[in-house]
This record gives sequence, structure tokens and C-alpha cells, in this order.
Amino acid sequence: MKKVLESSVTKKIISLSLTFVIVQILIYVNIINSYLQATLATICINIILAVSLNLITGFTGQFSLGHAGFMSIGAYVCAIITMRMSTIQGFILGVLLGAIAAAIVGFLVGLPTLRLQGDYLAIATLGMSEIIRVIFLNMKITNGAAGLSPIPQFVNWPWLFVFTAGTVLLISNFLKSSHGRACISIREDEIAAEAMGINATKYKVIAFTVGAFCAGIAGAVYASYFYFIKPDLFGFLKSIDVLVIVVLGGLGSISGSILAAILLSLISTYLQSFAELRMVLYALILIIIMIFRPQGLMGSKEISLSMFNNLGNRLTFKKGRT
Amino acid sequence: MPILSIKKLTKSFGGLMAVSNVNIEMEKGELIGLIGPNGAGKTTVFNLLTGIYEPSSGTITFYKDGVGKEIQGLKPHAICKEGVARTFQNIRLFKDLTVLDNVRIAMHKNVKYGLLSSFLHLPSYYREEKEIVEKCIELLKVFNLEHKKNEYAKNLPYGEQRRLEIVRAMATDPKLLLLDEPAAGMNPAESQKLTELIAWLRKEFDLSILLIEHDMSVVMKICERIYVLDHGMVIANGAPEEIKSNRRVIEAYLGEDVNNA
Repeated sequence: MKKVLESSVTKKIISLSLTFVIVQILIYVNIINSYLQATLATICINIILAVSLNLITGFTGQFSLGHAGFMSIGAYVCAIITMRMSTIQGFILGVLLGAIAAAIVGFLVGLPTLRLQGDYLAIATLGMSEIIRVIFLNMKITNGAAGLSPIPQFVNWPWLFVFTAGTVLLISNFLKSSHGRACISIREDEIAAEAMGINATKYKVIAFTVGAFCAGIAGAVYASYFYFIKPDLFGFLKSIDVLVIVVLGGLGSISGSILAAILLSLISTYLQSFAELRMVLYALILIIIMIFRPQGLMGSKEISLSMFNNLGNRLTFKKGRT
Repeated sequence: MPILSIKKLTKSFGGLMAVSNVNIEMEKGELIGLIGPNGAGKTTVFNLLTGIYEPSSGTITFYKDGVGKEIQGLKPHAICKEGVARTFQNIRLFKDLTVLDNVRIAMHKNVKYGLLSSFLHLPSYYREEKEIVEKCIELLKVFNLEHKKNEYAKNLPYGEQRRLEIVRAMATDPKLLLLDEPAAGMNPAESQKLTELIAWLRKEFDLSILLIEHDMSVVMKICERIYVLDHGMVIANGAPEEIKSNRRVIEAYLGEDVNNA
């Protein structure tokens, strides 16, 4: 029995189902009211975006500013499909096709641009996401600047949970595999990684494509939850928002990204009551955190159950001594 | 049986001929030294051999099981897959990763499970990962680094970092090993140990080794043949004894100390 409990798979299943049930109960007893549910959706979408950008920027070391572009592809594809096929099957199809479309664009954009390094790649991906935005702005099917609405709303907490947990699990599984380690080695030292038999271009493109796929999911979920999208929502500032979450949580830490996504979404919700000062306070909080934790909240560490065990051991040890 | 044959290898950076008309022949199982004064083009030869630079002209033929294949101009990862591994003059470990991860990454080219299995952690993932870790531990044991497997590479002492670079190169299962100044920065006792390690490596793993080294006590002791580079050209090659007494070499580089080395 102990062995079953200790296996990492069981731990994952238990902690995930606990999260799901607790939030479901909170919704049921109306502690999470419909206003807070919107925050919950924002948190989940931000987690998907941040974790997938972390794969590209934090783990593979490729500085990308194009995440909003991939997100918008997922959002528009899903919106267009569900507006014509307003069933749950249509929604699932929309999310899937949205994510796949984003991944295809990510692949096509990644092939030529991932030869660039650092700031040059950032500028290229920024340009790419602006091009996508302008295309949506000028297409008939996307209804131009006015945007699409009403998009049938299918996303509720169970769906949010499935997509968020799914993305996080897939990406953290990937990073624990040999292919994931290949990505990390590129961040550490590209020349050494190549010399050790790792095809750097291939793994950069894989990371970029997977990241784009997940951003597409986030976009689709966004469209279906908030039932209104327009090109302006996916501008350059959206990419920066996601990057801020990743950097704040710690480049190279999945749990850091999750923590930062929750924290920042909550902060911006509670700052709503200080309308004029909201952005000033938000920026101040960011500056203060970066001064005291320049490596991000988690650095490159992960939160794990053994961390709590160690903490517990240390506390009991101290008690025993005094 | 040959393992490596370099013919008329030339590399120029603009007007500078870093390597010009270099010919090197290497038999399987040989341990060859590549020496020369600073800036002679030794590391450039390594970079050409491992695909970091593309040669301006000339051919590099690598023989696997007696079958030759020209590898000049291939990408570094493809050359590594052919069976050529290297270490770096200025250590290039994956500093923020553990010793175990450093070695595991080098085993990547033999991993068979696909992307799907790495996303979903299918049974093949667990099976192969277990094998990989076992192999890594075995290799680390051989190099006496097993007790440090969970240490970050950047926290290792200098000598152990050099050793870890060799372990990592060995993890790619090479036929030809290129060592770029493995004894740099080591004290006499450490470089003595390293000399023994290299000699032992060659026997144990049936390797051919090409070695760049400034420490003459290492080179003269273990190399069967030595190539001397100066200004990008091979000015002499032969057994250590011949090199020691070669006039051109003495003029170019070794100076009067050579007879005392």
C-alpha cells in the first residue's frame, strides 16, 4: 500500500483530483461566485499560456514574444467553428483544430526564425504575431476590428481543469524525458549539446511547436469562456503579460509559472477596486518582487511533496533540540 | 585499418589561413598527439572535425567498420552520431544540471522511444529511462564520479569537471575521441592520473584518441605518434623521440627544453 502511495503517478492523481474537487465544492457553495469564476478562468488560461511559453523561453532558452499570436489563432479557429456548429462536439473539434492550426503556424514560423538568437528571435516572433493580428483584422470571416460575438459558451470549471491539468502534465512529462532534456541542454550550451549528438534546430522547433499548440488551446478556451474576441485582445501587450508571468515565476520552473499565474491574476482582480491606480500598483508589485527575487519566485526549482517532507523534518528536528 | 584520414584540409577566416593543407592519417586504436604553439590551429582542426566549422576545402574521411565516409560539412550532431566525440578546451558542461543529467543528455542519440511516449510516459518510457540511468551510473562508477551524481556540474572541483567532460563524451559511445587540452590547469599529480586514465580508456573501450595538449609530460608519455602544427601547417609528424629531436619543431615551438622533457 505504501509503495502505491509513494509512486509519483499516484501522488499526481491524488493532488489533481483534490484540486478539482475542492474548487468544484467552492463553486457549488457559491464561495467562488460567478465574478470569481471569471478570475478562475483567467488563471487557468494564464497557466496554460505561461507553462507553454516557459517550455520555449525558460527551458529551451528561445526568447519568444509571439505567444499572443498563437493564442489568437486558437481563439479564432475555435470561435469560427463553434459559431457554426454549436454543440459540444463542435467545441471539442474547435479546440483541437485551433491548437493544431496554431502548432502548424508555429512550426512554419519556427523553421526559419529559430536560426536567430536572443533579441533577434524576440523581434522576429514579435513581428510574426503582429502579422497574424493584422491578418485577422482584415479578414471577412473574422469580422475585422469588431471581432466575433457571441461565441457559444461551453467552457466551465471541469473543462478548464481538463485543459489546464492536461497541458501542465504533458509539458512536465515531456521535460522529464530524454527529448525534454535535449531541449534543456540547448539552453545550457548549444554548441556542447550539438557536439553530444543533439539536433538543436529540431528540438527548438519541437519546443516551439508544442508551445504554440498549447497557446492555441488557451486561445480556444478563452474564446469559448468569454464569448467575445477581437484582434486587439491579442496584441503585443498580451505576449508581454505572459512573459511577465514566466519571468516572475522563474525561467525553468513549471510550478513557478503556475504560482505566478495565480498570483498575478488574483492581484489584478483585487486591484479592480482601485481603478485609476490599478496599473501603477500592479507595476509596483512587479518591481518589488523583481528586486527581492530577481531569479523569479521559484528560480528554476519545482514545488514537490518531498520539499514539504524536508520542511517538516527540519521543523520537528528543531523542536526536538530545544 | 584506418579510422580517420584528413586530406588537404584548409580553413580560412577572411585572409587568415587558420589551417592550410593539413594531412593527418590515423589508424584504428592509435593515440595521436596534436601539438603546436598557441594559435597554431589545433582547436580549429578539432572544430573542423566535429562540424562546428565547415572547411574551405579538403576532405575528412571517417571509417566505421572499415567503411569510409566523408564527414566534412556535416552538422555537429550528425558527426557525433557517426561516432566522433570531443571535449572542449574551455569546459562546456551543462553547468546548471546535475552530473547525472549531463551524462544522460549525451545518451540521447540512442533513445528509441518517441515524442508520444515522452508526453504520455508510456511503458517504453519507463523501461528505457531505467536503462539509461543504469548505464550512466555504470559509466560514472568507472570514472569515480558516481557519488556526485546529484551534484550540479558547476559545483564540481575543476579536475572533476574535466573528468565529467570525458564521461559525457564517452556516453555518446564514440569510436574516435578528441580531447582538447584535458590536462589544462591540472597539477603534476592530477595530470599524471589523467595520463593513466586516457591510456586505460583506450584499451578498455577500444578507442582511437586524438589529443591536443600543451603538457609535454603527458604527450610524450602516451602518444604513439605526434603531429606538430605551426601557423596552420603540419611541420612534422612521427614518434615522440623523432619529434623531440626534429629541428623544425624545436625552432617553431619546443625550444631547448625538449631534451629534458
